[in-house]
Amino acid sequence: MNELQDIWVYLSASPLLSLLVTLAAFILSSWINKRAGGTPFLHPVIVAIAFVISFLLLADIEYQDYFEGAQFIHFLLGPATVALAVPLFDHLERVRQMLVPLLVACVTGIVTAALSTIGLVLLLGGSRETLLSLTPKSVTSPIAMGIAEKIGGYASLTAGLVLITGAIGCVLAPWIFQRLRIQDQSIQGFTMGLAAHGFGTAYCFSSIGAMAGAFAGLAMGLTGMLSAFILPLLVKILGI
Amino acid sequence: MLIGLLVLLACQLLGELIGRALALPVPSPVLGMLLLLIALIFYGKVPDGVRQASEGILSYLALLFVPAGVGLMVHYPLIAADWWVIAIALVVSTGITLAVTAWVLNKLHQGGANHE
Repeated sequence: MNELQDIWVYLSASPLLSLLVTLAAFILSSWINKRAGGTPFLHPVIVAIAFVISFLLLADIEYQDYFEGAQFIHFLLGPATVALAVPLFDHLERVRQMLVPLLVACVTGIVTAALSTIGLVLLLGGSRETLLSLTPKSVTSPIAMGIAEKIGGYASLTAGLVLITGAIGCVLAPWIFQRLRIQDQSIQGFTMGLAAHGFGTAYCFSSIGAMAGAFAGLAMGLTGMLSAFILPLLVKILGI
Repeated sequence: MLIGLLVLLACQLLGELIGRALALPVPSPVLGMLLLLIALIFYGKVPDGVRQASEGILSYLALLFVPAGVGLMVHYPLIAADWWVIAIALVVSTGITLAVTAWVLNKLHQGGANHE
């Protein structure tokens, strides 16, 4: 029994366990999602996060210790963001044709996302920390975390809220596109990348098509870059 | 494949260096994406290795968000206090953002030549 405990102490401190749990949770949640007919209500990322949190609470492992190991997966977000240049390049001609509308829509979308969030939280009486952590919710997580820190929110809370926003976007988007009768892949992709960042992009690649994915990736990068300038300014102007 | 991975990492590193040197608020991977895009435009096509590495890593994009998302567990008290404000703000604001963006882009794009 003592030996088992020693092994457990060793395992819970090594990256092996974090990596294994993360991968197993993701494979299991993808399988569940497929079984449920691919419904975005059981988004594999959200379900996997729930599994991992449950496991960590049951096994009494701190988040910091888990992240020690899981950071190897987290790190790949960097090269994955760089990799978005490839689908973008493939659809460059189409992006060129639509450049001005895309830029206008992007700024409109960023301001809409921020103002509607700020207005709702103020109206409903949420705390200032909640407000400032929520404001960058549509921005891809590495950029959102930087913005949250800059304007006075909690970066790690923002990271989580960004993910939930992404999942909500994937649930709402197909319904909204149907309502507005929007069938163009490039518009669907750009809208999802703007409002639901990486989640929207992943959803576009897996459920709509490569063209939608390319536009989603473009929207995600553009929204991130512009938000880094616009959001701190907006918060300052509104005097929050 | 390995060369492709090397290219991705090199672009990210270059992005990091440029971002720090110019003190830009934009994260280094986004700058790396821009650098790779510019390089591809000059090269004229996507080298096989770069395509393999990119498509490989992008097909697992969703998995990469899990470690950061698990960080929600650290903020349980704040979420518990404000959970319904957060829930309503997230759903309503995301819906409004999707609708406004799609509508604006659709209106602007209808002026363009090739509508599907």
